[in-house]
Amino acid sequence: MRSLVVGEWEDGAIADATLRVIRAASERGVPVDVLTFSSAMAKAAACINGVGRVLLASDDVPNPETLAALLQHIASDYSMISSSHRSAGRAALPRAAALTGNAFLADITRVVTAQRFVRGLYAGSVVATIESTSATLFATIRTSSFTPACATGGEASIVAIDAITPFTATVLMDRQAAAQDGRDLSSARVVVAGGRGLASKENMDTLGVLARNMGAALGASRAAVDAGYAPNAAQVGQTGKTVAPDIYLAFGISGAIQHLAGMKDSQIIVAVNKDPDAPIFSVADYGIVGDLFDVMGELDAHARATGDAL
Amino acid sequence: MKILVPVKRVVDANVRVRIGSAGSVDTAGLKMSLNPFDECAVEQALRLREAGVASSVTVLTCGLPVCQDVLRTALAMGADNAVLIDTANATPDSLGIARLLHAFMTADADAYGLVLCGKQAIDDDIGGVAAMLAGLLSWPQALNASAIEAAGLGWLVTCGDDAGTATWRLAGPAVLSADLRLAEPRRVTLPSIVKAKQKPLRTLDAATFNVALGTQMRIVEMAEPAVRQPGIKVADTAALLDAIGSKRLFQNVGA
Repeated sequence: MRSLVVGEWEDGAIADATLRVIRAASERGVPVDVLTFSSAMAKAAACINGVGRVLLASDDVPNPETLAALLQHIASDYSMISSSHRSAGRAALPRAAALTGNAFLADITRVVTAQRFVRGLYAGSVVATIESTSATLFATIRTSSFTPACATGGEASIVAIDAITPFTATVLMDRQAAAQDGRDLSSARVVVAGGRGLASKENMDTLGVLARNMGAALGASRAAVDAGYAPNAAQVGQTGKTVAPDIYLAFGISGAIQHLAGMKDSQIIVAVNKDPDAPIFSVADYGIVGDLFDVMGELDAHARATGDAL
Repeated sequence: MKILVPVKRVVDANVRVRIGSAGSVDTAGLKMSLNPFDECAVEQALRLREAGVASSVTVLTCGLPVCQDVLRTALAMGADNAVLIDTANATPDSLGIARLLHAFMTADADAYGLVLCGKQAIDDDIGGVAAMLAGLLSWPQALNASAIEAAGLGWLVTCGDDAGTATWRLAGPAVLSADLRLAEPRRVTLPSIVKAKQKPLRTLDAATFNVALGTQMRIVEMAEPAVRQPGIKVADTAALLDAIGSKRLFQNVGA
């Protein structure tokens, strides 16, 4: 049996997330195919190390309903069909699973064997090992838990697959990217995140400037997003993004379990909070109890000095 | 038009679960609640009814009779009627639930024009049922909705996306799932709790729907995550930079 990875295309290249899903799928020990949606994408996918075959579908990224129908069409060739745990896969994979009578698992963090996987329950409070007996398991992968496959060195063949009748009852009207300070949150090596303790959107914007000056990404807690300080796309946590950067700096974040679920796999966690009893300190490697604006200002001065020295 | 809101009874969001001696999560004695995302879905459904878009709101859960408490909560919020599909000894996975919902909608005399789910349950964190049900119904779907508006015979739905938001137009009946920011749930008042006791709550036996509920997944082990080593408090920014190494912290500056 084989694994299929639903590919994503970003900024003219195979998405880093897709390379990580390919790594996860290859850990099952069976050949990995990649589904692509343009000939440029197919060519790039064919060069990825470890890819067995590249499937080339229509020349356009389908809506989730159409993608699900496409996956239904080819599912019987695969023992697992996976994608990153992002919007497209989360929408299409469970639908395809239902259409084919198979199981769906979300947000896999470790591949144990071809049929055994690890994922979190209860916002990561419980780590479960799950065995699937589904003929084709549909699964989304937590990309921050896997390293990317090498984008070069492969020589996969490209196979065009039959076009599918598009599902027309769903039409994308508009896609709006939130204004983003600094780098992409999911792949940044340093994340600077703000919580309710920032107290205003202006202060969050200042934190965004710090993120930019540090070459970091800006994240936020749900409290900060709900208060309107930061866009939804910046939310880190159980229902937002899951990140695992080298360094995570939390400013004014109390550290609810739902937030910790999204960042506790970071290599180094730094917390700055005026409340010495804030739960964030229980996961922080380094904590500063004090005024977060002082620390922000001093880090910004260092970042600017470093930048000037370059 | 009638709205169906499938809901789940879960361990309350503020309770920290632990692995019991049996190697699984022991929920006995823990505070249970209506799944927070489902609460938002109920609220949005009520607002659509109050705006005249919908005529009634039905809440439904699949589980044991003990799950009636969350249905009563939804009735107290203002839902018109409730359905418990008693799953007895079966422990259906997401697909089993979607199949039960699909069978219920097919058998029920009420024609629903909208299914509003929560985007995920906070216990298993899968978020599969909405898209699965939409697939079984061949209906359009939109997940993680932060705004919903009726548009002609369909819906205009704004959804959280990887980098921002996406707005989808769905034609005809649809399955949507609610983000927490879709609609702030109203508080339940004492008179409404009393009134909810009089509202209709039907119990149906899952076996009568004749759908396959056997799960294709088995949890072989549950463990608590590795605990991070306790960290240290540092006095100020300078001490922090010494501890981490400013080179590491500022390695991406200018890159």
